[in-house]
Amino acid sequence: MTLVTATKRSARGAPRADGGRRPPPDHGAWFLVLPALIPILVLSVGPLLYGILLAFTDAQSGRTQPTQWIGGLNFRDLLHDTLFWESFRIGLVWAVGVTVPQFLLALGLALLLNQELRLRWLARALAIIPWAMPEVVVGVMWRLVYNPDAGVLNETLRDLGLGDGRDWLSGLGTALPAVIVVGVWAGMPQTTVALLAGLQNTPRELHEAAAMDGAGAWRRFRTVTWPALRPVALAITALNFIWNFNSFALVYVLTSGGPGGRTRLPMLFAYEEAFRYGQFGYAAAMGCVMVAVISVLLALFLVGRLRGGDDT
Amino acid sequence: MRTSTGGRVGQYAALLAYLVFLAFPFLWLVSTAFKSPRELGSLHPSWIPEDPTLDNFRQAFDEQPLLRAAGNSLLAALGAALVAVLIATPLAYVMARRRTRLAKAATGWVVVSQAFPLVLVIIPLFLVLKNLGLINSLAGLVLVYVVWALPFALWMLVGYVRAVPAELEEAAAVDGAGRVRTLVSVTAPLLAPGIVATGLFAFITAWNEFFFALVLLKTPEKQTLPVVLTHFIGAEGVADLGPLAAAAFLATLPSLVVFAIIQRRITGGMLSGAVKS
Repeated sequence: MTLVTATKRSARGAPRADGGRRPPPDHGAWFLVLPALIPILVLSVGPLLYGILLAFTDAQSGRTQPTQWIGGLNFRDLLHDTLFWESFRIGLVWAVGVTVPQFLLALGLALLLNQELRLRWLARALAIIPWAMPEVVVGVMWRLVYNPDAGVLNETLRDLGLGDGRDWLSGLGTALPAVIVVGVWAGMPQTTVALLAGLQNTPRELHEAAAMDGAGAWRRFRTVTWPALRPVALAITALNFIWNFNSFALVYVLTSGGPGGRTRLPMLFAYEEAFRYGQFGYAAAMGCVMVAVISVLLALFLVGRLRGGDDT
Repeated sequence: MRTSTGGRVGQYAALLAYLVFLAFPFLWLVSTAFKSPRELGSLHPSWIPEDPTLDNFRQAFDEQPLLRAAGNSLLAALGAALVAVLIATPLAYVMARRRTRLAKAATGWVVVSQAFPLVLVIIPLFLVLKNLGLINSLAGLVLVYVVWALPFALWMLVGYVRAVPAELEEAAAVDGAGRVRTLVSVTAPLLAPGIVATGLFAFITAWNEFFFALVLLKTPEKQTLPVVLTHFIGAEGVADLGPLAAAAFLATLPSLVVFAIIQRRITGGMLSGAVKS
């Protein structure tokens, strides 16, 4: 999904091949559009608006009295809900901790895959395996890796004489870093493919000209590759941040939010609030707050990047 | 471009490191799936099982209704893929060929929906489906999956439609073919491989999905494979590793096979979508 929007945005500025032609008004188009439009409105746009409304009600699951408007009461409660804000903080640590290494590692891999290396086709095929796997299986797999006794991580540590290892996923200090590594692993393929697409967009002639002028690899990257790659890089990073902040299945399988809530991402928190305790209205308010804060952070990030970007 | 031999060696070493990082968890999963309980209990697990066994697979099928879950997953994924492609192809055609306000709004939705927070959507969705009597039903899940797979399907299809030269359609029109005739006998055949790839991708997306299935399917008879997989993990987080690994391995195979088939098309399609337009 990544690539989609990432590449889309980068492509937007470019002139279109069929730019000059203007199609005649076409009412038949409605018949082509309607079958997709109705489900989108009923099951995507509608629920989103309904969700925002729910945040201002006391909706609960399985209750008999009618739901009432309570204005901003949910939000006032949320403001003083320290558990929620702790979860929110963990969510931010997780999202930044996953997104940044994900980008750096994927950039390195994309640069390698863009070279004329032997066995590149094999590397490309292997590199996107994590993308094909169900998130639940990714979680299960890494549980096996992290397993204190039968896991390969502790066994490797023991072989290297680095001690007996530990129970990574239930240690208070290690649980969050351990799940972050899994997050990085799981999201690398999409990021790599998007960056690879961006790299193949960079003008090869410019590269060669710079090499002839004696520019080293780092200079060539900074002056030729990076400027061409930047729109894709920004878009994919922004999207990754959103996806990571909203991620659920991985951590649900790995730790279910434990130990002691150390890995309880906001999505897990809201899920429990809604479907374990049945507080629909309150959980919807959480969703609204998450969207609002993330939108503001992203806007700041993108504006800052776009402004200060000319020299980098 | 020329690179020094030392640079080359460094590049291959880096590539190898990446491949090890990306591949080792999966290899460990496969290895664990074939180990005997005795070996799983020992403190020194090895990469190659000492006496490989299929017991874990047998036990996995005994412990959980894996076949039924796989059947449910298959139904949900096939349904979602078929419906998504059927309704997305016409819309993608309009988005690629016309520049109406509607096409722009659809493009905007594709972008914005990427940022949709699932929490905000799942609660109202749950209530809507409950009113329609579609909770704990695969039909309801298919509906959700269709909408969920739509943005990516649209993006892929728009790229494929753009790759079909509009001139071909115009030529057919000049030759006297009507709109429908042109679409059916000129555009559709050229688009077919792209449509298949899009459908297969929607299939994997639905096959792998967890969150909606967890919320919407209540009884074990209806649950899909990813949800049933989590039942192998006990309440205390203790899991019977062998059967868990075996079941997880089996659940991944369809995704891997399908992904291998469309891999080239997906990356290729994305690249062309990115480079063009």
